[in-house]
This record gives sequence, structure tokens and C-alpha cells, in this order.
Amino acid sequence: MPRQTFKLNGQTVTVDVPDNVRLLWVLRDLLGVKGPKYGCGINVCKACTSHINGKAFNPCAVPVGEIGRGDEITTIEGLPDTLPAKKRGPNGLHPMQEAWLDRDVAQCGYCQPGQIMAAVALVRKVRREGRALSASDLDTIRNICRCGTYTRIREAIAEGSRTM
Amino acid sequence: MAAIPRHDQQDQPDQTLGGHDRPDPVGPLPTGGPHSVGRRRFLGYVLGGATLMAAADLGMLAEPAAAAVPTLPQPAELYDLNDALTDSCRPTANLITVTVNEDGTASFALPRSENGQGVTTSTAMIIAEELDLPLSKVEVTLAPARPELLLNQLTGASNTTISTYTPIRVAAAIAKMALLEAAAIQLGDTVELLKSKDGVITAPDGSSVTYGELATKAASLVDREVEVELKSTDEFTVVGTPRNRVDALAAVTGAKEFATDLDVPGALPTMLCRPPTLNGTPKRVLNQQQVEGMPGVRNVALVDTGVAVRALTFGQCIDAVRALDVEWNDGPVAGMDDEDILANLRKAEVPLPSLGLNPLAKTIEADFAFYFRSNSPMDTNSAVADVRSDRATVWAGLKSPIVAQQRIAEALGMAEGQVTVNVVQGGGSFGRRLFFDGALEAAKVSQAMGEPVKLMWHRADDARAGRTHPMCTSRIRATYLAGQVLSFQQSHTSVETDYRHGLGEVLTARAADLPAGLGNQGFAQTVFGLTQEIPYDFGVVTQTLVEADERFNTGSMRNIYSPDVRVAAELVIDQLAAAMRKDPYRFRQEFIRNERVRAVLDKVATVGNWGRSMPAGTAQGIAIHKEYKGASACLVELDARPGTVDRDIRDAVTGPRVTKVVFAIDVGLAINPRGLEAQMQGGINDGIALALTSSLHLRDGHFLEGSWDNYFYTRQWNTPPEVEVIVMPSESGQPGGAGEAGVAAANAAVACAFARATRTNPTYFPINHKDPLAFTPKPFSPPIPQSPVNGLRFTY
Repeated sequence: MPRQTFKLNGQTVTVDVPDNVRLLWVLRDLLGVKGPKYGCGINVCKACTSHINGKAFNPCAVPVGEIGRGDEITTIEGLPDTLPAKKRGPNGLHPMQEAWLDRDVAQCGYCQPGQIMAAVALVRKVRREGRALSASDLDTIRNICRCGTYTRIREAIAEGSRTM
Repeated sequence: MAAIPRHDQQDQPDQTLGGHDRPDPVGPLPTGGPHSVGRRRFLGYVLGGATLMAAADLGMLAEPAAAAVPTLPQPAELYDLNDALTDSCRPTANLITVTVNEDGTASFALPRSENGQGVTTSTAMIIAEELDLPLSKVEVTLAPARPELLLNQLTGASNTTISTYTPIRVAAAIAKMALLEAAAIQLGDTVELLKSKDGVITAPDGSSVTYGELATKAASLVDREVEVELKSTDEFTVVGTPRNRVDALAAVTGAKEFATDLDVPGALPTMLCRPPTLNGTPKRVLNQQQVEGMPGVRNVALVDTGVAVRALTFGQCIDAVRALDVEWNDGPVAGMDDEDILANLRKAEVPLPSLGLNPLAKTIEADFAFYFRSNSPMDTNSAVADVRSDRATVWAGLKSPIVAQQRIAEALGMAEGQVTVNVVQGGGSFGRRLFFDGALEAAKVSQAMGEPVKLMWHRADDARAGRTHPMCTSRIRATYLAGQVLSFQQSHTSVETDYRHGLGEVLTARAADLPAGLGNQGFAQTVFGLTQEIPYDFGVVTQTLVEADERFNTGSMRNIYSPDVRVAAELVIDQLAAAMRKDPYRFRQEFIRNERVRAVLDKVATVGNWGRSMPAGTAQGIAIHKEYKGASACLVELDARPGTVDRDIRDAVTGPRVTKVVFAIDVGLAINPRGLEAQMQGGINDGIALALTSSLHLRDGHFLEGSWDNYFYTRQWNTPPEVEVIVMPSESGQPGGAGEAGVAAANAAVACAFARATRTNPTYFPINHKDPLAFTPKPFSPPIPQSPVNGLRFTY
């Protein structure tokens, strides 16, 4: 069976699994990384949103064989460590996670790791484009929340974009 | 936790017991009424054990819920669904115990289910308050199925806090009293002079001792009965203050565990291949051996709901499910469409009775249809099951775990005692987890395979074969004359709502005691009668329910009948106002007969600047709702102009946009206003989806919607940019329900705003149901779609 090697949350991991198994299942079922959630398996609900080389993507729609040895995968578990300690918040977390706590966003919490990963990527993207975050940017977020926490998600992203 | 001997538990009724067979709980006490704020002395127990355990004796707390003589006849006004649930809980709720641990924390296993509604947080707050302990030192877990609790383990109808508030307080207060008594010995002072704060007891001389140090000293060798006085509400420093969720940190770090996150040895990923028509059944598998030989696949087994596969990863389950070649029997609605089901409902409708009112009265008649909707949460029906020859263990998000335990035992051919059912936090419920479809199926599959399984429904399964809010119609006839409304008749006709999860049993337990002859009606009639109310002075008011057609997988979707009933009623109220040449807000204000409803209505009208001038194609809408001991009102602004409706967003229904919402809620005592606000915000998004975008389409015997790109729940591009929730101050010392209270008024206000903005009278909901499909249906065979492989093309 092919050996798959890549960087996951700062550590190099190797796992024996066929190339076509989507990364989400490699993370969840084989490596025990449970932050990325299953919500649809077809890249529409975005509950599994994670980062590849710092950009948001959905591992449910990427065969593990497409992940190269040098690719860095970051899940919610590894998000705080993408920043030096002094840039983390009072709970030792990424500023976006801290904003989420401050606004008490989560209800059931199932989609929230994906929401936070998407929010971080959105803020970075808007910055790359040299713009200020707008309400229209928030409207483009495709992550679904069936508890309907959208109001607080919007507040938290605005706050997180100021602090990150 | 050890079983606790209880004097009033000697004749524990069995599960099938009707109310009239059960000894009545202790009758009214000399002090206090149903909503007494003043009553604060209660009996309870310090329980024998190694560390301090305190319990409330709910038998002694019992007070009848309905005491006042009603002035008007609508049943929900004097005795609502929550009274029925609370009363049915009384004889067993006394098994509620709070434990103080040697590390200074307090722990409590809540016999309810947490699915995001915030009951673990509000419960921890109640304990922290009464025990004078920091919130962070209270640990609330979810109790497994405890048959000794009998019926008191159902999470539904927003009843958790209503029914558990006082017993939890009593148990915590008794624990604090025992700590104070132990501290008095230790510190050589009298209890009265000691002060407890933040888990430390301090004497006047400054000496102190912590709860942790006292936990074993305060323990009792034997159970002893004690009397305790609860804090008065003016002393509250935790309850009533906005607090963040106790599980927030776990949620934002990915550490919060749901059923599919559990690691149970050997419980490999498992999925089902389901029939192409709704509720079809498998005949036989034609290629079992071939599928068993696929990469990662370990087992294939036929069960009554489909063909199960167990593999090393869910990805390999998906491959195997798609490869299975199965012969199926058709389900009961094979070949049928929405409109066939609607035609059946129309046949079941009963004519509104003639009231023989003044012949000069004018009449408004209206007729609405509400299509099937999905209560599928983000976390699909999932469960872990480990079934052995002599015992079974199941883990799942369950709102009726005792009934689940009974049914699973029955299906496995085991005694109830051989089945352990653990309650896991659910990733949303919206009524879905009142049922245990995933848990029951997981147990059957585990038994058939002889292996532990981690069963997960694919999203397509959850969307198409999961529970739905039933299709229904609502007809209204209202008459008016000379500035008065003489009558308001509403008749609701619905595909059957399934209550077989045990809510029915709870109600049965009290059926004989229900007022107004409700005891003779069926469960649906009872729930309808106990939840619905028209809080307006409209002369002769009737609301009736007819249920027909039991072929669908239905359930009590968040707020059950109320969203549809309110939409129909509030739209007609706008029509009445227009016919009588009155402003919709002023009209409501004039006819409302409940002060709490009037207060929330006035609040949203003022804060939301009702009546402000708005451009053509946009409008405000206003509506109210009264239920679950609470009153709510909602004002929305909606933009139905083409530029908004026709926004181009990939795989989306944009539609009219609600641009602003002002929502006022009076639940009585709001334990955690911040959590209550969150529940209202969520309910608002539900209401918007129900009115504008989300429904299931039945075509040729199956629901077309297979995922979130087909079923259009509110998304960021639909959600209101401006939302203000006002939690009303309340004199009441009693909490009301929160989990569902946001949906009905929001749904109705959006419907009213849409009607006003478009100058139409919508007759079906959601308003886009008959538009051309906004998606291409995914295939039904194989029943689940393959995961894409192009994910790296969409990075950002």
C-alpha cells in the first residue's frame, strides 16, 4: 500500500493508505485528528475546512495522493501554533479563536472548527488584496451552520480581523 | 452514582403506565402557587457516600401547574405542554443529585441532552449560583439512559430548564448547607456566621476552608433528610447574568467530541446503502463477495433498512456503498409527488364549522400549504455500537435515551439491563434527536456483523431518508364587524407528526389529568392543544388539528406546529388589519389580550422604528408568538427588489433578503441571557429559511434534496446583516423555554414582510417551493454521491 508522507500541524506524518482515499478520512479515521468534521463529503458544507500551505481547502475533496511530502496541512488543532506565542491570546489560541470565545459564537459547535479556519483564510485573503473586510466579504462565506450562529460569526470575524 | 432509596419510589410505575394508574404526586403545599417566587424552603437529602452528595426530593416539591381559574378557554393558556411534561417528571426527578469532589469541584450528570441549546451551561450556572462556586468549577456531564428516571429523561419542548430548575437548585443548596455545617465544626464557629464565596468558607476571624477540603468531611454515612432554604432571586450573582458557554473552548479548539469522534476499540467506520425510494427495503445483495474484497472493506451485512458496510475509513465505505448491487422492495410512497400528498391532505381536511354569527359580519378566508422541510443537523444520524452476545453498549446524541434503550434491547432480543445507552453531545438536533434512528440501526448492524461499528449516515441519507417536518395545510376563517373581530377559526391538517419516541408516553402519564377533556385525544391533538394559542381578543377562537398519512419519517422539528400556525395566523391578521384600515402593529396592539405579549410587541415596534418609510419592494413585517411560558415578538425588514433577489451566487438560492431583525423575548427568568440571545439568533435564521428558501421536494417517491447545495437552509448571503435581540426584564422567578422560542415569530414576521414588500398574498411556504429547481438532483442509485477530487482548485 502506498506510504503517504506530509506535514500535519507542524509534524511530519506517514500513513499507509491508497492514493484515492480523501484526506478527510486519513486525518479522522487513520490519524485521529478529529477537528475537521464531516458534513457532506462533497465540498459544499465546508465543515472540514482546514489549511494547506496557509490557504483554506476542504480535505473531503482531495485524494491523499495529491498531498505532497512538502505540503503543510493545518487543522484547527494546529492553528494556534502557526503564530509565535506572543501573538496568541489569553487562552493561548489564535486571535480568531479568541474572538470566537469572546463572542461566544458556538452553539452545538460541530461546524465551528471549519468556520474558524475559513474565517482566518478569508481575513488573510482580504489583506493580500489590500482591502478592508466588508459585509460583502462575509456574505461570500460558504460554511453552513445549522444552528444559525451567523450573526455572531460575523461579529467574531470582524473582531478577529482587528486582532490577528 | 449509587441508587438512592426513596420513600416515594416504592411503587415505581412501569413504562406503559397511564396517568390514572399512578399515585398522584404529593399534593399542593400550603405555601406558594404554580409560579410562586416566594417559596424557597424545600426538603432534600444529604446522601450516604464517601464524598458529599446532595439530592432534591422532588416528590415534596410537587405543585400543580394549573391553579388559577382560567378566564378564557384556550387550553395552552392555562396548562401548556411544558406543564404536562413537568408534571409527568415529578415523581422521578427527585433522583437529581449534586456531588462535591475533593478537588473542590462540583459535578452533576444532567439527565437531558445537549445539542447546542446551552443546557449544560445554564445548568452549571444554576449549580454555581446556589453552591457559591465559580462557574468553572462546576462540571455538568450528560447522564446515560437511566431507566430508574422513568420518563424524566426526555429533552423536548424546551422543557429542560423549566422542569429541572428547582430540583437542581435544591440539591446544590443542600450541598452548600452540608459544607457550611462541616466548616462550622472545622472552624469552630456557627453556621450562621460563616460566609461562603467562590468555593471557600470563611469565618469572622478570617480563618477559612475550601470546599475541596470539606468534601469528605461533609459526607454522610447514611442518607439524612434535611430542610433547606434557597437563595432569593435578589441574591443572584450568576443566574440572570450573561455567561459564555462552558463547552466553548472545546468547540473552538476541535476538542469537543461528537459520536463520530469517539474511539471505541474495533468500532470501524460503517455506512449503509439505502433504497432508492423512501422507506424501501432490501431484498438481497447480488455482489456481496465482490464488495467484501474491496480495499479496506471488512464486513458487508444486510439489515432491515439497507445494506451495511464496515471499512477502515469512511471513504472506503462510500466506495463500497456505491459499488453494492442490491435488489430492493419499493417504499410506501413509490411513484408519488408532493402534489399527490397535498391532494391527500386536502381530502382529509374537515370543513370549518359555521358559527352562526351576525349575518352582517364580513369574512376573510385564507388557505396555506407548507411543504416538507428537513431538520437534518450538521452532525448526521450517527452512533457507535458494540453488541456482544450477552450485552450491548451504544453511544449517540439522544434526547429520549430510555426509550432508545428499550427499543434497542427489543431489537437485539436482549433484556433492557443488558443494554447500556450513553448520551453523547449532539451536533445540533432541531428535534431530530428525539428519535434514535442511527443508534437503533448501529446496534442492528453491530449485531449482524458481530463487530463494533461507528455508524454514520451520509449527508444524502440524512437529507433524503431522515426525519422531516410534515407537510401540512392551515385554513383560517375570520369574521369582523364594526371594528371588532367576531371570530377566528384555524384548522390545521398535517401529515402525521411521529411522537413514538416517548413523548407520547410522557403525555399518557398525565393524560387523565389534562383539563378541557384533552385526555381523550391523541398525542398529536394533545401537543397541538397544549402549544397553540391565539393571544388576541378575537371573539370565538378555535384551533384544530387533523392528522393524516403516516407513511413519512417525521418528527417534532424545532417549534413543532407553531411556525406554520403562526405564519398562517399572522398573515390573516395583517389581512384583517388591512380590511379594517388599520396599521398592522396598531391592530395587534389593540387586540392583544396578554400583557407580556403586548410588551414584547411594543418593544420591537419602538426599537425597530416600525412604520418608517421604506423604498418600494422593501417592507417591514411584524408578528408575535406565545408559547412555552414565554412571549416573543419579531420585526423584520425585507428587501425583495430584483437586484437583491437575483444576486448571482454559485449553488445558492439568494431570494429576498431579510436585512434587519429586531426580536424581543420574555421567557420569565432568563438563566443565561447570552445563551438565550444565541437561541433567538438561531431561531431567526430557521424562521427565514422556513419562509423563503428551504423545503424538500418529493418526486417519484423520494426526496430530491441530497445535500446542503440542494436544501437551502439560511446561509451567510441570506442572513440579516443587522440583528438585535432584546431579552425582556421579568419579575418572574421561574424560567421559560428557550430552544425553540425564536422560530415562530421570526417565520411569521418574514412572511408578513414578504407579503407587504411584494403586495401579494402568499399561499404556500417556502415561497420558492414551486420555482424551477435551483439544483440538479443527485442520482438515487447509487444512493450517495462520490466525493470530488478537485478540492485543491478551490483554495483561498
